[in-house]
Amino acid sequence: MVTKIYIPRDSSALAMGADKVAIAVVAEAKNRGLDVEVIRNGSRGLYWLETMVEVATANGRVAYGPVKVKDVPSLFDAGFIDGKAHALSLGLTEEIAWLKKQQRLTFARVGVTDPVSLDDYIAHDGYNGLKNALKLSGEDIVKIVTDSGLRGRGGAAFPTGIKWNTVLGCEAEQKYIVCNADEGDSGTYSDRMIMEGDPFVLIEGMTIAGVAVGATRGYIYLRSEYPHALIALNEAIANAEKAGYLGDNVLGSGKAFHLEVRRAAGAYVCGEETSLLESLEGKRGLVRFKPPLPAIEGLFGKPTVVNNVISLATVPIILDKGAQFYADYGMGRSRGTLPIQLAGNLKHSGLVELAFGATLRELLYDFGGGSFTGKPIRAVQVGGPLGAYLPESQFDTPLDYEEFTKIWAVLGHGGIVAFDDSVDMAKMARYAFEFCAIESCGKCTPCRIGSTRGVEVIDKITSGKDHAKNIALVRDLSDTMLNGSLCALGGMTPYPVLSALNHFGEDFGIGDFGLSQESKAG
Amino acid sequence: MLDSHSTQEMGATIHGLIVLHQHRPGALLPLLHAIQDSIGFIPEAAYAPISKALALSVAEVHGVVTFYHHFRTHKAGQHVMQICRAESCQAMGSEALEAHAKKCLNVDYHQTTADGAITLEPVYCLGNCALSPSVMVGDEIYGRVTAADLDALILEVRHAEAKA
Repeated sequence: MVTKIYIPRDSSALAMGADKVAIAVVAEAKNRGLDVEVIRNGSRGLYWLETMVEVATANGRVAYGPVKVKDVPSLFDAGFIDGKAHALSLGLTEEIAWLKKQQRLTFARVGVTDPVSLDDYIAHDGYNGLKNALKLSGEDIVKIVTDSGLRGRGGAAFPTGIKWNTVLGCEAEQKYIVCNADEGDSGTYSDRMIMEGDPFVLIEGMTIAGVAVGATRGYIYLRSEYPHALIALNEAIANAEKAGYLGDNVLGSGKAFHLEVRRAAGAYVCGEETSLLESLEGKRGLVRFKPPLPAIEGLFGKPTVVNNVISLATVPIILDKGAQFYADYGMGRSRGTLPIQLAGNLKHSGLVELAFGATLRELLYDFGGGSFTGKPIRAVQVGGPLGAYLPESQFDTPLDYEEFTKIWAVLGHGGIVAFDDSVDMAKMARYAFEFCAIESCGKCTPCRIGSTRGVEVIDKITSGKDHAKNIALVRDLSDTMLNGSLCALGGMTPYPVLSALNHFGEDFGIGDFGLSQESKAG
Repeated sequence: MLDSHSTQEMGATIHGLIVLHQHRPGALLPLLHAIQDSIGFIPEAAYAPISKALALSVAEVHGVVTFYHHFRTHKAGQHVMQICRAESCQAMGSEALEAHAKKCLNVDYHQTTADGAITLEPVYCLGNCALSPSVMVGDEIYGRVTAADLDALILEVRHAEAKA
């Protein structure tokens, strides 16, 4: 009998040597005359255990990790292909507490299936959503997505159904579905994991969107830093085309949907939807004025749905299980689940999909296991480089869009980056301005000039020069950027800057220079 | 990558890629990627034929090439090494790693080592944030990179070059 062995093809697993482990497993099995089939799956998201190797047994899949090439002979000696015990044994994968505590809806198949096998996808409930959608009118599909409460997972949290409804209501000979896969936020990797680990779910979600609003062409705008996602997506698209899930006549419905991956070119600002559209059109990624909304005049001037990878990849399960099934998860106006990405200085970093409502503290300590270095966690940045830094006193905030707004923070794309007590928050504030200066598209003045002036002002503050005056100045500059920038890049850079200043004033010399009162008055 | 490209060969390659891509909607980015993938950078000599084929001005083509960090206007070293500077990697000591790399390679960012083997570039997130700090060489990504790992990696890259 052939034993199935799963070794991830996910980039982060590759970063820990998964390819070398796979080669070693195949070679060792051959030497021992054992019949094995190695399947390159996505990652289960327990990254500190990568390379995690799983073996299919009669009782279910048994996991081992972190496996290095040198461990391979001993794994065979111990009889791991029969699921037997070894020092690296993790037991049945499904029973690993870290995984069992999660509510995986969007990530249901990631790490489970062969990412580019259409048969495997279909055997695990794949394409049920599209099959349902093809029996419904565009209006009905949009209503289901609206009723599910799904909000844009890219960061802005705009209701997905409402966006779709605008495009549905437009008359045009051509409409587009554009997937924003320019996942540039530090601390985020859920889009990458989907594209590498279950690309069909994104393809299905985009096809459903196309069927719903009457768009026949879709583009995935993929960041150039993700070469492995590009390979997986193109393989999956080719397989879907071959089997009639994409093309001129999707599943014999008479409806067309064509899909193409376009490589971005390393500009962070192109994650902003209008800048992304400019880039897809072959131009510099300059942000557009709104209105017109992309839903009305988007790509090549046509009505366009622009959604994040996770938003689109969540649509299939909603169409499969119904709006209510999805809406039953979550809290307040944040319905469903959020794939949270634990990053930075944490012991157990990885992908945690949970219903909205878990607290930051649960994620940092129950899942994250505290800091990697063993020192106290001092600050946490949520929502990418434009997200606020939160101090320990705010760790009990539940992950919910509105609760985060209340503390002047953002959930964004669900990335959580932890820092231990060695962090210098003035340096992080300076970096926020520096990053904005590097990535600014240059169209609006607050962002283009403000970011560079911001770096200079922070330098003056940390060197103690005209301290109170410059603290007041950085607040004034932040106010201009917040209210005067054209898009979120300039408009949100003040979030990390001011949150660092407000919560970690001691790093800016407030107190040391005895000027905090004066600076507040200024 | 075609290393010893004569100007004539380069012109022919660019012409072929223009013909291949010019009719795609929003053709410029895919075309520039194709050119860089095959000759390693976007030579200025490509601007005129591209602008003609896509009905753009040379200034527009230049504007696009220089807007995006990914496109380079000059030949890079045999290997491009990118070190992540983003927050997650900073939380795991990337700053020290950057300094170490610059010292070992005796270059700053955007520069190439004297032997032409390695061009050092900053990058802002590789999506490997669960295993920071991260480094990428070509399309190969490395996680939890220590200074010793980096030394080994540099040696490996240079060795591969010497063999080739």
